[in-house]
Amino acid sequence: MQLLYFASVREKTGLTGESYQLPDGISNVAQLIEHMQGRGANYAAAFENNLMLRIAVNQLHAKPEQTISDSDEIAFFPPVTGG
Amino acid sequence: MARILVQQEDFDLGQEIAALKSDNNNIGAIVTFTGTVRDLDRSLKSMTLEHYPGMTESELANIAQEAKQRWPLEGCTIIHRVGRLAPGDNIVLVITASAHRQAAFEAAEYLMDFLKSRAPFWKKEEIGEESQWVDAKDSDNVALERWLK
Repeated sequence: MQLLYFASVREKTGLTGESYQLPDGISNVAQLIEHMQGRGANYAAAFENNLMLRIAVNQLHAKPEQTISDSDEIAFFPPVTGG
Repeated sequence: MARILVQQEDFDLGQEIAALKSDNNNIGAIVTFTGTVRDLDRSLKSMTLEHYPGMTESELANIAQEAKQRWPLEGCTIIHRVGRLAPGDNIVLVITASAHRQAAFEAAEYLMDFLKSRAPFWKKEEIGEESQWVDAKDSDNVALERWLK
């Protein structure tokens, strides 16, 4: 799958995005977030505050319980502030 | 069809209104909203807007489509700037056109309320030597809720 990071999440991970193999046993967004927290200090910092994390799956806003697959584009970002 | 643009360049309100009106005499009311970079205490150096290319355009198109289903719109334009902006610069333009004013007024507010809560843009302010991301406002969610009743 393709992971994308925006705004403060991008700065904390130090990445704009990456290709990543969906790990075994992970089937939804909430599980993926928990997994990401364990990938190192930069990921822990970016993914620690679940309440401030917003998710899009294939460019549509998604909830933590949404099912994901290895072909998805999954984006993580803080609440939007446009306009 | 809505005109949706995400761009670094500024926009010209007069040109956009003229484009919307051309060849459409059904229009009797045009409402425009322009959002600009505010600097209440003259401390802001710049505001930089980041977005999610692809999703931004599709979210804006969806929001415009929803507005068209709700009100009899003759035209709709949304232009949002990205990149580094200075105090006083334009950020966003929303134009709605309809036969009568009520639909145009209401649809313009609807578009802005949904744009603010759904379109994937993020603002970062540069104040002195510091840069910080702008926090989302609860009042924006309150503004949204009135349309969901």
